[in-house]
Amino acid sequence: MAVVPKFVGERIKRREDPRLITGTGQYVDDVRLPGMLTALVLRSPYAHAKINSIKLDAAQKVPGVVAVLCGDDLKDKVGSVPCVAPAEHVPYHPVLAQGKVRFVGEGVAVAVASDAYIAQDALDQIEVDYDPLEAVTDPEQALEAGAPILHDEFKTNSVTLASVPNPAVDEAMNKADKVIRFRIHNQRLAPVPMEPRGVVARWEPGYKQLTIWSSTQIPHLMRSQVADMLKLGENKIHVIAPEVGGGFGAKLNVYAEEALISHLAITLKRPVKWIERRRENLSGTTHGRDQIVYLEIAANKDGEVLALKGRFICDMGAYLQLLTPAIPGFSGLMMTGCYKIPALAFDQQMVFTNKMATDAYRGAGRPEAAFIAERTMEAVASEFNLDPADVRRKNFIAKASFPAPTAGGLVYDSGDYELTLNKALDQIDYNKTRAEQAAAAKEGRYIGIGIASYVEICGIGPSALLPPKLKGGGWESCTVRIEPDGKVTVLTGVSPHGQGQETTFAQIVADELGIDIDDVTVVHGDTALVPYGIGTFGSRGTTVGGPALMMSVGKLQAKMKRIASTMMEVPPEQLEFRNRTIAMASDASKSIALQTVIEAAYGYKTVIEGVEPGLDATSFYEPSACTFPFGTHVAVVEVDSQTGQVKFLRYVAVDDCGKVISPLLVEGQIQGGIAQGIAQALYEEVKYDEGGQLLSATLMDYAVPKANMLPHYELLSTVTPSPVNSLGVKGVGEAGTIGATPCAYNAVLDALKRLGIRDLDMPLKPETIWRAIRDAKKA
Amino acid sequence: MFPASFEYHRVSSVKDALALLSQFGDEAKILAGGHSLLPMMKLRLAQPAHLVDIGAVHELAQIQEQGGRILIGGLATHHSVETSSIVKAKLPILAECAALIGDIQVRNRGTIGGSLAHADPAADYPAAALALEAEMTLENPGGKRKVKAADFFLDLLTTAVQAGEILTQVSFAALGAGTGGVYLKHRHPASGFATVGVAAVVTLKGTNFDKVRVGITGLGAKAFRASSVEKALAGKASDAIAAAASHAADGVDATSDTYASGEFRAELARVYTRRALEQAVARVKA
Ligand SMILES: Cc1cc2nc3c(=O)[nH]c(=O)nc-3n(C[C@H](O)[C@H](O)[C@H](O)COP(=O)(O)OP(=O)(O)OC[C@H]3O[C@@H](n4cnc5c(N)ncnc54)[C@H](O)[C@@H]3O)c2cc1C
Repeated sequence: MAVVPKFVGERIKRREDPRLITGTGQYVDDVRLPGMLTALVLRSPYAHAKINSIKLDAAQKVPGVVAVLCGDDLKDKVGSVPCVAPAEHVPYHPVLAQGKVRFVGEGVAVAVASDAYIAQDALDQIEVDYDPLEAVTDPEQALEAGAPILHDEFKTNSVTLASVPNPAVDEAMNKADKVIRFRIHNQRLAPVPMEPRGVVARWEPGYKQLTIWSSTQIPHLMRSQVADMLKLGENKIHVIAPEVGGGFGAKLNVYAEEALISHLAITLKRPVKWIERRRENLSGTTHGRDQIVYLEIAANKDGEVLALKGRFICDMGAYLQLLTPAIPGFSGLMMTGCYKIPALAFDQQMVFTNKMATDAYRGAGRPEAAFIAERTMEAVASEFNLDPADVRRKNFIAKASFPAPTAGGLVYDSGDYELTLNKALDQIDYNKTRAEQAAAAKEGRYIGIGIASYVEICGIGPSALLPPKLKGGGWESCTVRIEPDGKVTVLTGVSPHGQGQETTFAQIVADELGIDIDDVTVVHGDTALVPYGIGTFGSRGTTVGGPALMMSVGKLQAKMKRIASTMMEVPPEQLEFRNRTIAMASDASKSIALQTVIEAAYGYKTVIEGVEPGLDATSFYEPSACTFPFGTHVAVVEVDSQTGQVKFLRYVAVDDCGKVISPLLVEGQIQGGIAQGIAQALYEEVKYDEGGQLLSATLMDYAVPKANMLPHYELLSTVTPSPVNSLGVKGVGEAGTIGATPCAYNAVLDALKRLGIRDLDMPLKPETIWRAIRDAKKA
Repeated sequence: MFPASFEYHRVSSVKDALALLSQFGDEAKILAGGHSLLPMMKLRLAQPAHLVDIGAVHELAQIQEQGGRILIGGLATHHSVETSSIVKAKLPILAECAALIGDIQVRNRGTIGGSLAHADPAADYPAAALALEAEMTLENPGGKRKVKAADFFLDLLTTAVQAGEILTQVSFAALGAGTGGVYLKHRHPASGFATVGVAAVVTLKGTNFDKVRVGITGLGAKAFRASSVEKALAGKASDAIAAAASHAADGVDATSDTYASGEFRAELARVYTRRALEQAVARVKA
């Protein structure tokens, strides 16, 4: 038999792609069950209104309609949509509005019919009598006296105020050469997964068993919460996350529809399907960011930053979803970025507004932090007329300082920030590009060079960092089962939806056991098959799920070595897995076929003392610490001063995510991440008008960039393994997004620097840029 | 997302289509590529009881050259216009305009007749049709009539096409010697439609303008000829372009939306008009 090659570190194509490309994967909408009904939800056209009455009878009479319900019908039957993050004010969040609607897109009624067309006919027949109320969409206005109050019982729109004071910050402000102050708004964004949400629920009355297919990132955590909402035992609910067409944090949640559709299936005793429409997705699936910070920077003339202070106002929206008030935390803790800034203080005011709830969105708190840190570096460079690269070098945490405690109280695991900066600047040929920029300026052209060095936090982490009310911690689970025929099944608690663990985990297992990658199947997203797991978010799949896998593989390796050792009469410590055998490390000719050992484990004809039959191991890995991926992105742009349009000339990214298992997948994550980061800098914005109408409710308005709106990426990397886990990995799902937003932003602002333009709101739309240039030229 | 119920009719001739239109009157709508009509039906903003699908009327999809004119059937897709060797050779500006519409899926389904008849204020073709002085053939049960582009676009989503009529052909004069044309657009980053689109067609006599035609879309409720720009250039040399282009938005009530204010749109119209005219001149000289 041919020698089995090594897989880790090789450019392996994603093993999940063929079925997705050929349309043979199964998404929620592909689930078709006998007798299945379709549900559609009627949504509020008002941002804030009292519901006087809802007339359902005409809708109920439409032929083909099975049920039409509104919020009042569900009181005491379905519990509140959960928020597990701590906050002073956590409102009751009904699955369909009761008495009041608080944002455009809030569910008001549901129609269940034999098909979607009839369900829509029914929705058209529902009459809701609303009394519109004054709405508030600006979080700063929402805090003012006299602002309309969203939840009367709290008498305020404050959700909670979190403070991290530090007297050293004020001392630093007093002694610094200069205190620089400005305001940053990380605008509201929509995650826009290609596949919207969707739920199919089936109730089997004889078995009293509920099955939920949902497009979710967290099948187990969702099951726990829905069990609570429906007062069902967790062992009576089977959740399946089939193919999930993108999540980006928006599906790290528990939504009204997951409980509502389940309730309908139980009461109607028929399977019910609900597939979210794009307009619903843009209005009623969690948004991201929407964070204002008033920033104060204490800095010296030589570029040294002494302290940072931030007063945050964080828009939570109308209700709190699963982790809503927890997201801004990392924006504060991580805002010193890659820098040894000694003092940090911040407070975060979370606010209710008449908008959809915000929650995790690719980066979840860290893009805001990186944006603050990188705007800080640029501001200091501008203020003291220093080169922005030099200011970064001056402040970087040095390579020798790791593990590095930070002003935010974190400990960065490992890093070499200057290396990524130098590599990126070499690639771009920094001095030459600066010279070209100056030459272009003489011709009246506006070329800009943007730098962003970022560090982020992944693999979160020790369970104590997660909210106490979350039924689950920061750990992850994995079962590895070697089947009697030698094939391996991996059952992981992470729930990949594009990250590619079916490939990376198979690479790892194949190398560890000396077998072929095609002999490994990775199963995930099914609560009846895999042990309780936490899911996929926060770039944790390989960082936390990987070590759990390694633990189970290790247990099976130890067991098989023991069996082999008895059969070969060689001490187990002298054995290793190689090319489908267990062989003596010192003498490869002394070996036993892996299959012989597997058969011994299953056949168990010879009892081995202290070794149970079978080859199946389950492990739960609790990380001891978080990991901190980092990198530097550099962009060169040209701004058309007459139309405000931005054109990318170069985009270089140097990312370090620790040890790389699958280079092709890492590049894919970085590319997609950069696209979403640039999207925030230049294109995307969820926009509500003052009355709370959503102006970006379709993809004809909300500008997700197409390939032709993005640059060609020059991707480089450095490798600084993490000491935190056995794989040395750090996580890469969000890195690109975190680096790209400040990089693209800084590039555009650098192009406009000679006009004295220092500060523009994102997205940097052509009109925004054109106005700034026009006003600067007038002045 | 889920249209109200309707009856679907697929016809194989213009005659059959006209018969159904007169039978059902207001209740019926022509279905061509469906890329404007179906989105409206899915939102139930349009609820026609009858759809008359002309997709199988193959003679309406043809592109031919006859007596110095290019004749494009109303059912010709954007893709077929973009890739037609006749159009590329004789009306390159129109092929370029078609190539800038939407994305490949839209260009494969959408038709020139549908686009012109729908008259979206941000559609691309209307600007080119105006600058190229296209002539539309409309058929009704009583026969045919021809309408010049300048008389075709009446208002927001409103054209000279009457109820019961079908736009069967769009006719263009091939670009002659000494003539150059360019279409430039500022693409809306989400929809891909023209925030502003400018088609400029110029004929030079020596170094001076003999004829200038500028069509602008996206700026207001309907596409229009920028006659003040055209007049300002009559008989002048190309150094007059900048001053003339500054009139591009004169007298137009410019549209504002979340992406671009009217003020910015007007500026884009001026900048793109100047650039389109300069490039059109360069093409004549090349
Ligand atoms: C995602 C997307 C992006 C787009 N981007 C652009 C863009 O960038 N630029 C652009 O210009 N357009 C764009 N479009 C619109 C596209 O070009 C449409 O195809 C076009 O506007 C309508 O043509 P159709 O053949 O699809 O017409 P349909 O949708 O079938 O019909 C539109 C209307 O015209 C009527 N009609 C159709 N044909 C005739 C006829 N021969 N005679 C009389 N009435 C007729 C119909 O009854 C209907 O009222 C986009 C569309 C989509 C969906």
